[in-house]
Amino acid sequence: MPVKYLKETPSQTAGPYVHIGTCPSAAGLNVRTQEKPNVLAAAGTAERIRIEGVVLDGSGTPVHDGMLEIWQADTKGKYNAKGFTGWGRAVADFKTGEWAFETVKPGATPYRDGRQQAPHVTLLVFARGINIHLHTRMYFPEDEAAHATDPVLAAVPPDQRHTLIARREKRGGETVYRLDIHLQGDKETVFFDF
Amino acid sequence: MTEYMRRDRRWHPPGYAPGYKSTILRSPRRALLSLEQSVGETSGPVFGHSTITDSDRDLIANYSTGGEAIGERIIVHGQVLDENARPVPNALLEIWQANAGGRYRHVKDGYVAALDPNFGGCGRCMTDENGYYSFRTIKPGPYPWRNDGSDWRPAHIHLSIFGAAFTQRLITQFYFEGDPLIPLCPIVNTIADPAAIDMLVARLDMGNTVPFDCLTWRWDIVLRGRRSTFFENRPEGN
Ligand SMILES: [Fe+2]
Repeated sequence: MPVKYLKETPSQTAGPYVHIGTCPSAAGLNVRTQEKPNVLAAAGTAERIRIEGVVLDGSGTPVHDGMLEIWQADTKGKYNAKGFTGWGRAVADFKTGEWAFETVKPGATPYRDGRQQAPHVTLLVFARGINIHLHTRMYFPEDEAAHATDPVLAAVPPDQRHTLIARREKRGGETVYRLDIHLQGDKETVFFDF
Repeated sequence: MTEYMRRDRRWHPPGYAPGYKSTILRSPRRALLSLEQSVGETSGPVFGHSTITDSDRDLIANYSTGGEAIGERIIVHGQVLDENARPVPNALLEIWQANAGGRYRHVKDGYVAALDPNFGGCGRCMTDENGYYSFRTIKPGPYPWRNDGSDWRPAHIHLSIFGAAFTQRLITQFYFEGDPLIPLCPIVNTIADPAAIDMLVARLDMGNTVPFDCLTWRWDIVLRGRRSTFFENRPEGN
């Protein structure tokens, strides 16, 4: 008999009411209204950026009930840095499906063998109809040179890499990175199993 | 660097599970890309006990407008372990549920059952140094939803769990032993293995019932376990 381990508790969908427990004010509960979990960097922070997008289903319809989590390093490439949690949560707009984070651009981080990974953020997607959360990454379009040597992008088929790379625009002085996440279809985003 | 054992994707429900219709358009068609972990996967946010108050884990009282929530008073408790059977301390558990009539306090829930003015259905708690957690609430009611006509969800409580690493991230639901709606539920049945479903069923814990006050249910949680790294080059900077 091989060595026995406990089995992991199985996942179940977060369902359409995920906001009650995770972003209660979005559900309409008058609790924790002061919490702004999608703001990792306060207004006025130098180098503040906006990361935004929409999650689309296999018919191209925006997912209105989703919740996204971000996990990232600070500007120097350090996780759990003092003064920067690196974690956030955004609610897809109930009408448009738009979500956004206000944060800073992370620095390069080490891969397991010490090579550098290009700057990126981790994104998890939770929603009704998603039985176990989907794990993806967003990279920044200006880092083309670093992308060429990124060990994770290297494992992604070349014709799918663009699904992980944001578009960049300036909007009223702010740098905005936009990444639409396609759950299914021709433009399907690459999702990871780490 | 700590690493975590692979996730057994055959144990979890698959993304595409057509018996639960919403998965049909919301599941990737390509295989997930399996890769080894680096620091971004093996780290995770640290939540302090200081941000959680005692009222956060008392759903009977934490949305009171003068009275207490209506329904069967229950305590839910258990231990969070990893796959190596080691307790997971300082895990953050976020809780949401319907009220005793099966209605959620959510702007999008239009079920005919009445809202309870004293029940919000939102709570959170953290595990102690031995991985134990507990919260007090009312037993949620079943509710109908549109899948194959009017399906009924068994009574359930939703939980979001943060362990020490993003690889341990988990959102799930647990059910109450003996509920005849469990085997009929299309969401429960996205899970293939009956032993996996059984892990989502809380057990009545008469020994820990609070006399003349609350019934108690026990539900243990298992997160992914750490993997020993033998004869592997330690990456620089970790
Ligand atoms: Fe539910």
